[in-house]
Amino acid sequence: MKRFEENAGGVAKSSPLVGRSAEPTIFELSSPGRSASSFRTTGITPINPEENLPKGLLRDEPLELPEVSERDLVGHYTRLASRQYSVDLGAYPLGSCTMKYNPKFADYVASMSGLSDVHPYSPAALTQGWLELIADAEEYLCEVTGMAAATFQPAAGAAGELTGLLIIGAYQRQVGSKARKIIIPDSAHGTNPASVTLGGFEVVTVPSDSRGLVDTAELAKVLDSDIAGMMMTNPNTLGLFEIEIAEIAAMVHEVGGLMYYDGANLNAVLGVSRPGDMGFDIVHSNLHKTFATPHGGGGPGSGPVAVTERLAPFLPGPRPRRVTGTDGCDTLEWFVPECSIGRVHSNHGNTVVVARALAYMLYNGSDGMRRVSDIAVLNANWLRKAISSSYEVPFGNLCMHEFVASAASIRKKTGAKALDIAKSLLGEGFHAPTVYFPLVVEEALMLEPTETESPQTLQALADALLKIASIAENEGSAPLQMQPTSTPVRRLDEAGAARHPILSYRPESS
Amino acid sequence: MELPSELRYTKDHEWVSIEGNHAKVGITDYAQDALGDIVFVQLPTLDGSVSAGESFAEVESTKSVSDIYAPVPGRVIEINSELVDSPELLNTSPYERGWICVLEMSDPAAAGELLTADSYLGLIS
Repeated sequence: MKRFEENAGGVAKSSPLVGRSAEPTIFELSSPGRSASSFRTTGITPINPEENLPKGLLRDEPLELPEVSERDLVGHYTRLASRQYSVDLGAYPLGSCTMKYNPKFADYVASMSGLSDVHPYSPAALTQGWLELIADAEEYLCEVTGMAAATFQPAAGAAGELTGLLIIGAYQRQVGSKARKIIIPDSAHGTNPASVTLGGFEVVTVPSDSRGLVDTAELAKVLDSDIAGMMMTNPNTLGLFEIEIAEIAAMVHEVGGLMYYDGANLNAVLGVSRPGDMGFDIVHSNLHKTFATPHGGGGPGSGPVAVTERLAPFLPGPRPRRVTGTDGCDTLEWFVPECSIGRVHSNHGNTVVVARALAYMLYNGSDGMRRVSDIAVLNANWLRKAISSSYEVPFGNLCMHEFVASAASIRKKTGAKALDIAKSLLGEGFHAPTVYFPLVVEEALMLEPTETESPQTLQALADALLKIASIAENEGSAPLQMQPTSTPVRRLDEAGAARHPILSYRPESS
Repeated sequence: MELPSELRYTKDHEWVSIEGNHAKVGITDYAQDALGDIVFVQLPTLDGSVSAGESFAEVESTKSVSDIYAPVPGRVIEINSELVDSPELLNTSPYERGWICVLEMSDPAAAGELLTADSYLGLIS
C-alpha cells in the first residue's frame, strides 16, 4: 500500500491541542492540483487565457500559489488562530495602542448585506444609505473633536497624519508662506516625525520638562516664521494631559503655524474635552483606538481627518453633502472640495470600518461615550496605584487613560529588564505592555488597560505584575529571562529576525 | 562597564580615539547596553564633510533608532563596512571591532573639548 508523506499536503491534526509543534506554512501544505473551490456545478465554462488574452499579458511561468483543500486551509488558520493571543481572548494592556475589545454588534452591522454587497462605483442615487452613513459619522466625529468637516479616506492613523500635513502644506501655500518646519515634542509617537518627513517638512523637536509636559520656554525658542505647524498628542504619550495646551496653541498660531492633534489618545477625553476647544486645527482619529473597530492586522484601518471650517476646502474628496432638491426632499451627493489636496484612498476609504465606528457611537450615545473615557482613565489609575509598590511611575501621580512605569530600579537591583517583565507577563496569560516607549522613560513599560476590563481582570493583571517583580527581587533575573514558558512558542530571537529577516517564502529547491 | 581611559568621550555617548589628525569614532559600552541588541547601522558617507554635532550615522536596535553625531569636524576617510552584515559587533566589541568610522579632523583643536573617561563616567552615573 502506498504511503502518503506528511509533508506533501495538509494533515488535519494539532497535537498538542494549542500546539508546541511548528505549524508549516500554507505553501508547505500545498499538493499539486488540490483546490478549495470548484465551479463544476455553476455552469460557468472555464476559459483558456492563452486563447483569450494578448500574448504580452500572459505569464512566462505559472504563479506559485498554495494548492490546498478547504479542509486543510481552515485547519491551518484555525491552528494558527488558536495559538494567537487576541482581544477576544483576554486583557491586552499594550499602551498607546488602545487595544479595546471590539463588540460583536458592530461586526453584525458591518456584515449586513445592504452595506457589504454594494459596489463602490454604484451611482449616488442607488447608494443613498452609504452616503448618509458617512455623512452621519462625519457629523458625530466633528461633534466629538470640535471640528467642522472630515474625510474618511485615510486608511489608518499614519495615513491621516500625512493627509493632515498635506493640508498644512496647502494652507501655507495659499497664505503665501514658505514655512517648512513642524514642531514635535520629544515624547511623540514615531509616526509623527516619519509623516513630517514624508510630507516634505523638517522636524523640530521640543523637549519635555520635569513634569513630562511640553516645555513652553523651550517651545518659545524654536518659534519663528518658518514654523508651519505643531503635532501633539493630548493627553501625551506619558498619559499626561498637557495643561498649557491653550497657551501652546496660541503661541504656534501667533507665528502662523497650525496645530495638529494626533488622536492616538482620544480615548482619554471622549465627551470630556475637545481638540477643537483646545486650539487644534486638524485632528486625526484612529477608529480602532477610540471607536472599537478592529486593530491593524484584523483591520483594515481607518484614520479619518477632521478640520476647522477654514481648512475644510483642502480636504480630500469626494465627500458626501446634503442637498435639497426642487421637490423639497433632501438627498445626498458626492462633491470635491474646491482646494482639495486630492484623493488619499481609492473610492471612499475603508468604509465598513466607518460603519462599525458609527454603530459604536450610536450604541453608546454621547453620555455613554463620556463614560468610556471615564472608565478608561479610572482603570489606568487603579492599575497604576495597584502596582506602585513595585513599579515606579516617573511622571506624575495622576494619569489619563494610560501610564508609563519604569523597570529601571528593578533592573539596577536584580538585572531583570523591562523586556523580561513583558515576556513574563505573556507567561501569566496576559498580553505584554508596550516596552521601551516613550524614549524619555528608561526601561519603559507602558500600560493601558482600556475601559473594557473588569475590576477582577485588573486585579489579576496587577497580581501578575507584582508576582513577576517579587520573583526578580527574590530569585534574580534568571527565572524571568527564561520566560515565557507556557506559550505555544517561547522567547523569539527578535534581534536575529531584524538582522537577517526572511521576508518571503521560497521553496527549498529554488 | 568598560571605559578605556586612553579614549575621549562625548555627552552623546560616542568614544573617540585620536591619532595625529585622525579620529576613530564608535559608541560607548554604556550606549550599546542602553540601546540593547543593535540590528542595523547606517554608516556615514565616505568622503563626506561633517561639522561637530552633526548627525552623520544611525544605529537601530530592537528598541529604537538613534542618531550618531560627529564628535569633531572633519572628513570621513574610512568606514567600518563589517557593520553592514554584522551590526552586533557594536554590542559585542564596542571599542574594537565595533568602530564606526575614521574622521580626518579639519580642526584638531576641537578634540580638546571632548570628555575624559572620568568626566564621562560622572555624566552617566
